[in-house]
Amino acid sequence: MIGAIVEAIRLAVTRIPDDVVSALKKAYEREENGVARFNLENILRAIEIGKAEAIPVCQDTGTLTFFVKAGLDSPFLGEIERAIVEATRLATKEIPLRPNAVDVLTGKNSGDNTGRGVPVIHWELTEGDEIEIAVLPKGGGSENCSALAMLTPGEGWEGVKRFVVERVKACGGRPCPPVVLGIGVGGGADYSLLLAKKALLRRVGERNPDERIAEIEGELLEEINALGIGPMGMGGRTTALDVKIEVAHRHPASFPVGLIVQCWANRRAFLRIKPDGRVDIWQ
Amino acid sequence: MAVKLRTPLSTEDVLRLKAGDVVYLSEEIVTARDSAHRRILSLPKEELPFSPEGAVIYHCGPVVRKTWEGYEVVSAGPTTSARMNRYLDGVLDLGVRGIIGKGGMKAEPFRGRAVYFSFTGGAGSLAAKSIKRVKAAHWLDLGIPEALWVLEVEDFPLIVAIDAHGNSLYR
Repeated sequence: MIGAIVEAIRLAVTRIPDDVVSALKKAYEREENGVARFNLENILRAIEIGKAEAIPVCQDTGTLTFFVKAGLDSPFLGEIERAIVEATRLATKEIPLRPNAVDVLTGKNSGDNTGRGVPVIHWELTEGDEIEIAVLPKGGGSENCSALAMLTPGEGWEGVKRFVVERVKACGGRPCPPVVLGIGVGGGADYSLLLAKKALLRRVGERNPDERIAEIEGELLEEINALGIGPMGMGGRTTALDVKIEVAHRHPASFPVGLIVQCWANRRAFLRIKPDGRVDIWQ
Repeated sequence: MAVKLRTPLSTEDVLRLKAGDVVYLSEEIVTARDSAHRRILSLPKEELPFSPEGAVIYHCGPVVRKTWEGYEVVSAGPTTSARMNRYLDGVLDLGVRGIIGKGGMKAEPFRGRAVYFSFTGGAGSLAAKSIKRVKAAHWLDLGIPEALWVLEVEDFPLIVAIDAHGNSLYR
């Protein structure tokens, strides 16, 4: 199981998912700005090299974040957490990954991407006998642009749009645009941010099944691309590849909005562990 | 305009460049992020492990692999330069004439003496192609990403994003 998790991490950092690549290619085709084309061309070449040589496309291999959907009848429930930590250690050495876990007091790097609270593991218990794990390596540059807004209910969805657009504008080229935005609305401060991060697991181009939410995703995407920030912040037509919104019911007095900014490298991989130990890995 | 340049950079090299130019940079560059900048500025100039005169600093925390001969850079794209704004005046005062990064910096400190080159964020595997070898590694106690890596590059393709005349491509 440890080996399978290492392979999923390898897939996530060395291969950019097809949906993301095709969105980047589309952005390149419709781009007229020369500097923007230079950047998009570099991105597409870096993706090819990562794939061909099985090396990390971006040197910031991120904080490894795992979303575990754990079937209560899986015989492996008790091993998962230890396996994830061990796989993180092994992956750091083997792939290799950049060691990105630093003690908050001393600043000392643990050297293997593990430490207090990391890798980050989010658990969700489900019915059944399978375990599904999503791997999301999250880079620091884009994460630094993430934010939480506690809007008043009166500000509503117009407020959500204003907050997101202002934040993207203020961040400019820092999060490595064209970005993918994960937005979580409702559920409280903590849960809105978790929803926002989970939203990044959805495929680029895939809309929220709720048509009303899907419409807002499309409107926001258009507004953000009209800003003209462009790839790496030096102008161009594509500032965001996609906008993903997930929602939960909210308290009548609050309107929490979690925003997670993801760079163009919307990396992810999944694995499913069956009760007989067989594993499927995909992206 | 596209030009080939070699480090160390002279003031003339720098003043000739305009925002939007493409530069193919060769010879030596040194990586430095937050902690390395703090250390650079805490030491007397003569105790630095590189010569800052005409030097180019790369805001980068690479992925490296240990080999029999030393180290090999696997992936090495730029990190967000804005974090280093607070050290910018300090390092330019030491004689550094070029900064490579992503996302942009304050333009004013560059005026008359240095340029900011942009390389594409996230394109670490491509950047590594321009890195011929690791000449030296200093300050490994800061951790792999924060250490000072002295790299030899060849034709590293860069865009002048902030020139020495007050022009910036960032919006």
